[in-house]
Amino acid sequence: MLHTFVAYVEDIPGVLTRVASLFRRLNININSLTVGRSERAGLSRLTLVCDASAEAGHRIRASLYKLENVVHVDDIAKDPSVTRELALIKVAASPSNRSQIFDLVEVFRARIVDLTSESLMIEMTGVESKIEGLIEVLREDDGRILEICRSGKMTMRRGHHTSSVLKAMGAAPDEAAEPDIETAETLEEIVPSEPE
Amino acid sequence: METNANANAHLTTPTRLTGAEIVWATLVGEGVETVFGYPGGAILPVYDALRKFPIHHVLVRHEQGASHMADGYARASGKVGVAMATSGPGATNLITGIATAMLDSIPIVCITGNVSSKVLGTDAFQEVDITGITLPVTKHNFLVNRTEDIAPAIRSAMQIAQSGRPGPVLVDITKDAQQGTAIFDFAAAKPHPYRPHPMLRVEDSGLAQAAELIRNAKRPIILAGHGVSESGAMEQVRTLAERAQIPVALTLLGLGNFPASHPLNMGMMGMHGESWVNHAIQEADLLIACGMRFDDRVTGSTSTYSLKSKKIHIEVDPAEINKNITVDVALVGDLREVLEQLLPRIASRDGSEWLKAIEISKGAVAVRDIKNLPDLGHLYAAHVIHDIWRITGGNAIVVTDVGQHQMWEAQYFHHEHPRSLVTSGGLGTMGFALPAAIGAKFACPEKEVWVVAGDGGFQMTAAELSTIVQENIKINIAIINNGFLGMVRQWQQFFYDSNYEATPLISPDFVKLADAHGIAGRAVRTRSEVADAVAEARSAPGTFLLNFLVEKEESVYPMIPAGASLHEMIRRPGKDPLLETPDDK
Repeated sequence: MLHTFVAYVEDIPGVLTRVASLFRRLNININSLTVGRSERAGLSRLTLVCDASAEAGHRIRASLYKLENVVHVDDIAKDPSVTRELALIKVAASPSNRSQIFDLVEVFRARIVDLTSESLMIEMTGVESKIEGLIEVLREDDGRILEICRSGKMTMRRGHHTSSVLKAMGAAPDEAAEPDIETAETLEEIVPSEPE
Repeated sequence: METNANANAHLTTPTRLTGAEIVWATLVGEGVETVFGYPGGAILPVYDALRKFPIHHVLVRHEQGASHMADGYARASGKVGVAMATSGPGATNLITGIATAMLDSIPIVCITGNVSSKVLGTDAFQEVDITGITLPVTKHNFLVNRTEDIAPAIRSAMQIAQSGRPGPVLVDITKDAQQGTAIFDFAAAKPHPYRPHPMLRVEDSGLAQAAELIRNAKRPIILAGHGVSESGAMEQVRTLAERAQIPVALTLLGLGNFPASHPLNMGMMGMHGESWVNHAIQEADLLIACGMRFDDRVTGSTSTYSLKSKKIHIEVDPAEINKNITVDVALVGDLREVLEQLLPRIASRDGSEWLKAIEISKGAVAVRDIKNLPDLGHLYAAHVIHDIWRITGGNAIVVTDVGQHQMWEAQYFHHEHPRSLVTSGGLGTMGFALPAAIGAKFACPEKEVWVVAGDGGFQMTAAELSTIVQENIKINIAIINNGFLGMVRQWQQFFYDSNYEATPLISPDFVKLADAHGIAGRAVRTRSEVADAVAEARSAPGTFLLNFLVEKEESVYPMIPAGASLHEMIRRPGKDPLLETPDDK
């Protein structure tokens, strides 16, 4: 099954290698990995999707926590969450067939972000299947797609569900929605804020 | 004395020091007294500063020896062992020792020099990406290229190495960081308090469930591993066993963590464990796993492992839970703390029926006494090890290599105390014994230290004999010499139609080899000489080497073939005069 992990890691050289190396060592292929700055200074947030047995989730999360630079790991599993992917797609388009592509872009709620006499660039955000759908339709014309660049998945839990948010808000954890997150564990406790 | 005073002054008053001085000053502050290492270009500034600090440096003959010595030091003492090497080949030579420590959760810190930060990544002379290479075999590692980061990195490394589930940490320091200066402030370099693994979890409900399982069990067994000594939980395990009358089986690294002479001690489990232990595990209705990880050498086939039992797993590493064997109750935390919470819930119970059943299951195989066997002119490794045990009264640290002799040691040397057996269990590193014994001797100079090694493994690191001489230490060395890579030969005999490919082994005359180093020695060919030879080694003023020329094609029994079920063991052959004889315990 597909597992989705959201992790906060220290924003220093080599951390991504450590994370990637762990999956290599466990012989698990990473399907998708996105990394970027998070809401906290000095911490990057990554979303990692991998295919592994249903039981592997616990061990992967526990092993990620054994990396010294990993601060917080959330196993999203099947909990309510929003997942998005960004795709940039460059297609060949001449003045004569542009309007056809404009229609497609409209239907898929994508955007044109670059236009030249020979090509145009489509930006699309959405779930994986929607992006696949657009690509499939664009592929109906051979040779039309020139380049595809996809970001990989980004995932965030729905609602105020992460323990750090709950703690910050002083609310009780929603046990039903999130039975697996340790309540004692907040980013603030794990990484004391640096004095400004 | 002056150097000591200066070194201590550095610890209390922030002082400007070179990076090289900071390395030693930090180690002194961390309580390190001995460092095992080998100098070279990229670590020379550090060596140049050594004379100013009260640390004893042991010059090894190969960097693998340095990491094994640090490992042996840590295993014997419970303290962090420290190894040092230069960049490139010096650093890569450490790796076998680092991996050995990783697989057995041993706290060591390895410090390596690297080329200057300006040329990092340029394939400079003796440059290697050692932090990259050691990533999967260290608990953590650091690349330090600024002088001011040296002290915090070393202090963090010391903390990480011994916290939670211990393990090796490597600190790689560029040459320019060693040569630069910075204010050394030992107190300010203190790391944040160690973050316990966020998934540690000992819930009241889990404790209650465990207590209930123990109360209702008819055939319970405690499986005690290396974690018992790492956590210092010997007393708690013993209390649990005695109060609830539960027999205890030990892993290889668990030997000594529950006294061998204790009536509830069944002995070693697993591939070369005794038949009654493995049978009892298969018949048990409850396994209480304490600080052990259900290694494949312990479980055999996991699909047939102890199918009738409920399982309680008390373990400090959450990643070990349900990794190899699915358990019913997981108490994830420090073993001693968990047992202290569990024990008040445990009432005394009568275990006599189960204990009697185990005793009966021993049958004829349980009883063996080597010393009463007729001497038919054969010298068996078992005799040698039994005699070493008998003559030392078991009061020695035995450091083994890997192979048949290691298993015979586990079977015939009865360990009463934790840290009295130093052996490479997880990685199974040949060549471990001699250097690890040197480390153990530095950790416990007052203790008698014995190396038990095979003729194959001994040759892998025999160069460290020179280290022994240079350091003028006393170790007793017993080479179990059967002219074969014995355990591999045994596998060839059992599973490869006795095709002894690449296992017959020509060795030097080990006594002459010792003599060439200025070490006394003696060859032993008959059983009648063993006791006298062991006594001679013990009473010799310096290191003494005994070359025991034992039966060439003897095998270790019982044995569970790799991947077979625990109850499918190869038993001791009945005709073997060594075994299955009346007991006179």
